[in-house]
Amino acid sequence: MAKTRLIVVGNGMVGQRFLEELCEKGNPAAFDITVFCAEPRVAYDRVHLSSYFSHHTDEDLSLVKPGFFEKYGISVLVGEAVKQIDTAQKQVHSNKGKILPYDKLVMATGSYPWVPPIAGSAHHECFVYRTIEDLNAIESAAKQGKSGVVIGGGLLGLEAAGALKALGLDTHVVEYAPVLMAEQLDRMGGEMLRRKINSLGVSVHTSRNTVNIAMHGGRTGLHRLNFADGSTLDTDVIVFSTGIRPQDTLARYSGLFVSERGGIVINDQCVTSNPDIYAIGECASWHGQYFGLVAPGYKMAQVAADHLLGRKELNFTGADMSAKLKLLGVSVGSIGDAHGRTPGSRNYIFQDDQAGIYKKIVVSPDGTKLIGAVLVGDVDDYGQLLQMKLNDLPVPEHPDTLILPAYAGAKPAMGVDALPASAVICSCFDVSKQRIADAVAAGCHTVAAIKAETGAGTGCGGCVPLIAQVLNAELAKQGIEVKNHLCEHFPHSRQELFHLVKVGGLKTFGEVIAKHGHGYGCEVCKPTVGSILATVHNDYILKPEHTPLQDTNDVFLGNMQKDGTYSVIPRMAGGEVTPEGLLAVAQVAKDFQLYTKITGAQRIGLFGAHKGDLPEIWRRLIDAGFETGQAYGKSLRMVKTCVGSTWCRFGVQDSVGLGVELEHRYKGIRTPHKMKFGVSGCTRECAEAQGKDVGIIATDAGWNLFVGGNGGMKPRHADLLASDLDHDTLLRYLDRFLMFYATTADKLQRTATWLESLDGGIDYLREVIVDDRLELGAQLEADMAEVRAKYECEWKATVEDTSQHARFAHFINSPAHDPNVQFVPARAQHRPASPAERKIIPIKPVETV
Amino acid sequence: MWTTVCELKAIVPGTGVCALVGDAQIAIFRPHADDTVYAIANIDPFAEASVLSRGLICEHQGELWVASPLKKQRFRLRDGLCLENRDYSVASYAVRVSDGRIEVQN
Ligand code: SRM
Ligand SMILES: Cc1cc2nc3c(=O)[nH]c(=O)nc-3n(C[C@H](O)[C@H](O)[C@H](O)COP(=O)(O)OP(=O)(O)OC[C@H]3O[C@@H](n4cnc5c(N)ncnc54)[C@H](O)[C@@H]3O)c2cc1C
Ligand code: SF4
Ligand code: FES
Repeated sequence: MAKTRLIVVGNGMVGQRFLEELCEKGNPAAFDITVFCAEPRVAYDRVHLSSYFSHHTDEDLSLVKPGFFEKYGISVLVGEAVKQIDTAQKQVHSNKGKILPYDKLVMATGSYPWVPPIAGSAHHECFVYRTIEDLNAIESAAKQGKSGVVIGGGLLGLEAAGALKALGLDTHVVEYAPVLMAEQLDRMGGEMLRRKINSLGVSVHTSRNTVNIAMHGGRTGLHRLNFADGSTLDTDVIVFSTGIRPQDTLARYSGLFVSERGGIVINDQCVTSNPDIYAIGECASWHGQYFGLVAPGYKMAQVAADHLLGRKELNFTGADMSAKLKLLGVSVGSIGDAHGRTPGSRNYIFQDDQAGIYKKIVVSPDGTKLIGAVLVGDVDDYGQLLQMKLNDLPVPEHPDTLILPAYAGAKPAMGVDALPASAVICSCFDVSKQRIADAVAAGCHTVAAIKAETGAGTGCGGCVPLIAQVLNAELAKQGIEVKNHLCEHFPHSRQELFHLVKVGGLKTFGEVIAKHGHGYGCEVCKPTVGSILATVHNDYILKPEHTPLQDTNDVFLGNMQKDGTYSVIPRMAGGEVTPEGLLAVAQVAKDFQLYTKITGAQRIGLFGAHKGDLPEIWRRLIDAGFETGQAYGKSLRMVKTCVGSTWCRFGVQDSVGLGVELEHRYKGIRTPHKMKFGVSGCTRECAEAQGKDVGIIATDAGWNLFVGGNGGMKPRHADLLASDLDHDTLLRYLDRFLMFYATTADKLQRTATWLESLDGGIDYLREVIVDDRLELGAQLEADMAEVRAKYECEWKATVEDTSQHARFAHFINSPAHDPNVQFVPARAQHRPASPAERKIIPIKPVETV
Repeated sequence: MWTTVCELKAIVPGTGVCALVGDAQIAIFRPHADDTVYAIANIDPFAEASVLSRGLICEHQGELWVASPLKKQRFRLRDGLCLENRDYSVASYAVRVSDGRIEVQN
């Protein structure tokens, strides 16, 4: 049978999607395909167009998989446009004089930015925002200019404003309507958005009708915008974002029906008024409506491809125009009837001026269904609300609880289980919950695998959290055990690797990965192996071969704070500190301008230290007798004690004495996660020992030992392991317990979760530690003695090893501090400036003394 | 213009450093013991803090990335592409080693 000659006009997002649908799911051998691509490059991701400014490689935006056209024998005419379709002869004429016959033709010509007929809008520095060429032109103009104006405060206009701002221009947005994003937001939502955008340094001018643009050439800008109200605005660069119109000119001239509002008329199968011609994407008009979003276009691509392949059951049935976006760093969401135009509908509104949050939901007149929503400043609820609307799920009795902040009480959790199998999880690629469940059943056990298999989540990305929820629910339902391989570089669990390292006597990451893994390693396996090596050998962790393995905090032996500074927390074993010690800490805090507080772990924390100051700060603390508190390490943090029998009238044992001893005994040993101990002097438990990994409570006869307690995210009371122990037995059991945990736990597993995952739980643990059923006791104790013997204060080692100090300077080539670190006063001290508060000061390498 | 920043051996293999070039804070990475180097902006675009040089270098999809030390988003060393959200990609800079010294183009 002769092949069907198929011509596709336009290789944009939708045209390319159509080719994929046709070739990958259909029967490409039946077609002889030619694609006209007017732009100088094949299809790319317009949705993420703005990211082009940050890395400038069009391959990253490309939507064409390598070898795609070759694989299916598709001929692509790049830079060539169709200028006429002769429907009588069934052939097309190109702008380069080519004439090609077709049996079937698909129009995917997209849309074009509409520029209002304002005098002066054709000046050189007036641009639109749609193609990579547009962006190149804007960028080079921005290099010459100082200020930029976007005319049009809709979704795309604000995106363009973000780009102008990022290009360093003093940026303004001019909008004809009284609010921004009038299509998607109601008045109050638009107002909140305006305030947020203003506070980011972009000036917003609403209710401004631009009547003309004059060449100005003055110091205040090349152009002057004259508004109907007589006001003016001077600027260098102008970007029009005043709407799009379907690119239907070619169709008009070729005699296809075109809708009154623009767009090539199509039926539910995407067929135009000519039965051999389809139209899909932004150029098409369905029931008098065209769609400026990519998801409806993708749906049309699917319908048209199916129809061409002779499968006729799929129809285009319109599209949901809900959207979630991040504009200039402000999150915005709009769902369904955002304006509440449905007669009798009920509105519920939450507004927080301080935090810049506005949320509204619109509920059906009978109060049963969600029909619309507006979210500004906080879009966490978007996924849940959208699913509720799309699937007609019942709204709770008090609909306002859907948008109230968490502190107002429990939110009604919808949970993915409530969604029907047909619920569309990813609207960009029309992937249903069922499809994801099928993929999970077929072996996709990560979000990445689901993305690769179904395409879900690879468009706007808004659905990824929901995909993860469905994945987890399905895994749980199907009773699938997730492989506990460390990562793509090691086909072993942490526990297996621990044994391999120990038995093989391996000393460096290089040796471990060469023997038991492959590749370069990543942010998961490097710190895990680093921690295993540290537990087994207790080497100095900043040896050059170990430094690249360490997690954030270990690299500079301090906890990195949000602004890149560090905290400094010296050890105060058992919570004891001398007055001289306090004076020394206070002096350091004053000299280095450190914010000071008592930490949640009852130690003194000094915050906001410049990286470059750390060695000097620690030299002074060490001179005053302190050592590192390892608040940064996956290791023993502290032993919290109560005053015990030494002072307290109820105490029966010396809890502080024991706490200090234990803290010194186990400090510095690296474990799978951090460890916290508590010792109380009597049953009143003032040290909250049962909330700790190791809790010890004094009895008349000795000590009760509890293990596996936890505060934090999921508090757990510790289990009693053994009672009335004497001092030496207590230490023996502790050695065994800690080493057994370090050897067998998974990465980043606290003792509480580890204990819960042990088959047989606390009874099994008691058999191992107390009854020594596995006869591991002596070995565990010996291993512990070996690592304990190697303890050194790593800050002392670092202060003494002057070759380390260069690493601490912020700049490798300047003695300046990080100029990005700035503080503002807070109560009697200071805190980091928020990015908005931070003035961008030009950094000249200021010499520090 | 090429600016000399530091000696290659000033960077511990497998780690990065931050350099001040003009007004820009630039993270320079040396993933191996050889003279392969990469340069991208040092400012983590999520937190707007100058920290990327302090991240862990990692390999995914056959390419090298740095995981931000703050919240672990990954940026591709060769061009600054952000794996988690390409809208947060950062700038990259041409960089070379000549005569044992690292030079960045700005
Ligand atoms: C500094 C401190 C807050 C303070 O200013 O008071 C703090 C700060 C942090 N805690 Fe904490 N926690 C601090 C005491 C606590 C406590 C209280 C305690 O230890 O008695 C708890 C609950 C007790 C517990 O751990 O069981 C606590 C439970 C957590 C958790 C939850 C752990 C869990 O198993 O659920 C995390 C998250 C984690 O480790 O994965 C965490 C993580 C963190 C991190 C590492 C978060 C981060 O990634 O940035 C913070 C970094 C430390 C820093 O910046 O210096 N922090 N954190 C306290 C420690 C200072 C010190 O060592 O002296
Ligand atoms: C900055 C920006 C941000 C956006 N953000 C989002 C978003 O967050 N979410 C969303 O859903 N949508 C967004 N969009 C819209 C989205 O990009 C479009 O919906 C989508 O690109 C439409 O695909 P299409 O194939 O119909 O048209 P296009 O991608 O425009 O492709 C049409 C192609 O056909 C070519 N062509 C036209 N006429 C001819 C001819 N005669 N011969 C040959 N070729 C021809 C054109 O040159 C063009 O390359 C955004 C758009 C922009 C510009
Ligand atoms: S736990 Fe006991 S000893 Fe400790 S302070 Fe409380 S009452 Fe006193
Ligand atoms: S909804 Fe856009 S990627 Fe899934």
